[in-house]
Amino acid sequence: MGSLDTFLQQVFNGLVLGSLYALIALGYTMVYGIVNLINFAHGDVLMVGALTALSAVTLTHALAPAIPGWGLMVIGMLAAIPVCILLSLLIERVAYRPLRNAPRLAPLITAIGVSILLQTLAMIIWGRNHLTFPQLLSADPIAIGPATVTITKLLVIVLSAVIMLGLLLLVQRTRLGRAMRATAENSRIAALMGVNPNAVIAATFAIGAGLAAVAGVMYAAVYSVAHFYMGFIPGLKAFTAAVLGGIGNIPGAMLGGILLGLIEALGAGYIDQLTDGVFGSNYQDVFAFIVLCAVLILRPSGLLGERVADRA
Amino acid sequence: MTTWTKSAATAIVAVLALLGCGHKEEANAPGSQGGAQINAPGGNVIRIGHVAPLSGGDAHLGKDNENGARLAADEINAAGGVKLGDKTYRVEILGEDDKADPKEGTLAAQKLLDEGVVAVVGHLNSGSSIPASKIYNDAGVAQISPSTTAAKYTEQGFKTAFRVVANDIQQGTAMANYAINDFKAKSVAIIDDRTAYGQGLVDVVERVLKEHGVSVVAREYTDNKASDFNAILTKIRAKRPDVIIYGGMDDTAGPMAKQIRQLGVKAPLLAGDGTCSPEFIKLAGDGADILTCSRAGEAVEKLPKGAQFMAKYKAKFGSEVQIYAPYSYDAVYVIVDAIRRAGSVDRAAVAAAVATTDYDGLTGHISFDAKGDIKNGAISLFHVQGGQLNYLSTTR
Repeated sequence: MGSLDTFLQQVFNGLVLGSLYALIALGYTMVYGIVNLINFAHGDVLMVGALTALSAVTLTHALAPAIPGWGLMVIGMLAAIPVCILLSLLIERVAYRPLRNAPRLAPLITAIGVSILLQTLAMIIWGRNHLTFPQLLSADPIAIGPATVTITKLLVIVLSAVIMLGLLLLVQRTRLGRAMRATAENSRIAALMGVNPNAVIAATFAIGAGLAAVAGVMYAAVYSVAHFYMGFIPGLKAFTAAVLGGIGNIPGAMLGGILLGLIEALGAGYIDQLTDGVFGSNYQDVFAFIVLCAVLILRPSGLLGERVADRA
Repeated sequence: MTTWTKSAATAIVAVLALLGCGHKEEANAPGSQGGAQINAPGGNVIRIGHVAPLSGGDAHLGKDNENGARLAADEINAAGGVKLGDKTYRVEILGEDDKADPKEGTLAAQKLLDEGVVAVVGHLNSGSSIPASKIYNDAGVAQISPSTTAAKYTEQGFKTAFRVVANDIQQGTAMANYAINDFKAKSVAIIDDRTAYGQGLVDVVERVLKEHGVSVVAREYTDNKASDFNAILTKIRAKRPDVIIYGGMDDTAGPMAKQIRQLGVKAPLLAGDGTCSPEFIKLAGDGADILTCSRAGEAVEKLPKGAQFMAKYKAKFGSEVQIYAPYSYDAVYVIVDAIRRAGSVDRAAVAAAVATTDYDGLTGHISFDAKGDIKNGAISLFHVQGGQLNYLSTTR
């Protein structure tokens, strides 16, 4: 039984991590699907979201100490989402739109530049230290069957699932979603049909940024730390997840994110048993990337294929 | 492309460039002040380099070390500076940021040498100190680290590498003994962050534990930028160790302690000096109480002038002492003492004088053995309780 407990706990750990990866990966994949741009500043939008929420929570708590933890959590998210959306729209307008018809390397380099710019600005505003994200929801371990969970981690899984479901409905069932799919397929033809590509692209960036804000707040809440370069690693992992699922493909990003989280957790947990002690948990990341390589060799366009629009 | 967007793009590039420079200058402000007098250690200024991470996860510790060094320099200058013959010198600290990265550490070392430092206090992290020590050795410049504990640092045969703290052979042995005698541990799980420091420290702990018949039921690895430890901790939970031992710094140990508690693991956490800071308590939140940690020196609270130092530090910098500020403070005094005894600011003469140090500092009596390790180094142990680091005991 002991080993089953551990297995289920690892699956739960993987789901928490994977839900966060999936939320972030969606931002990469939606933007790539529409403008073929790898938005490397996406991870840093997440960081700005987390730090904005931290400031909002700290300020609110100082002004009104009576507000309970979950209330502060909601306030943190409500502060982070609009800030990230505005920031992302600004980045799109100022840094990416002028380069939309430039060779593909130019916006890529610009994205890296924006990423460094955001990190530097965050360092000036919030300082260089690791900041403690306050514990807003109870961190007491709760035993659910064989797994030990906390409220925050459960919230991550539930909230991510709801948001992703909402996003699928938005893309498949609404006018905006149809315009997004049309622009992804062929933005010039879509424009001829009366779709305003600039508005659709801006909306895509805004949605991605909103998801990043939520992911950032939850990432900080789960690990209780926030700092100016916290977006880099989750950003990189989420990008990997997006490629794993098939970049440009929305269900692909969700699948890739969850899968990468599970691979990391189970990889770290079982790699030494699988390899008979040759590799330990120090090869955790290697393991994740071996899986990525294997998938890309067998299915070069990712698990679910590159563009959802082409296959729909 | 319209002119508007063109100019906007140009503006962004310009802002980027400006910010890049601005940040650099901020980090190196003390260095850039004297940029005009490169290679001029003479004049009326004695330049002492200081290297520690001033950005990234260890930034608070780096700032702490640098503050200690600056406090010493300010005191020396306020007391009339350093008189050699008929000249009076002012002590200036040139602070460099190595981002806790071995590559950045060697760059910082080279930069300080180019700027004409007489000696160097630093680096903070063993992983950065060790590669840089070769550069200082080649230049004949004394390097006194206030916090490098990895045994290898002084085992390279360099005549210029010194430390004013104990090494990890002592620290690891003290930790292992605590696990055996006080925790009565029969089985332990060990995690390290794959840095020279973390790995070196727990290797010593593991060796001593095994010599005493304690079984190591799990040996896990993370890295010094990780924030998620759930997978390895879940694995450790299944092995039911009596104690979890961690080799790493406080910025990773804090979240780790929290996750240990959240997974319902009951084992205490035993870790080295890198975690023994007020910052750990902040980051670990309600998981902090599981930590027992060591410092490679006497507890500041127990030192005769400790309370006075902490009050002075707080008044000047507005923050608490993290770990090793008293040691970087003493390292500056050791260098100035060596300069006075050598009667010159010649690098080689100063390095030779540091080797024969016999100085009573804030942190105790300082003299070095043939390798450059402090003689009779102390290891003090602490336990976190109610948001405070409580002193337990000292071994030598």
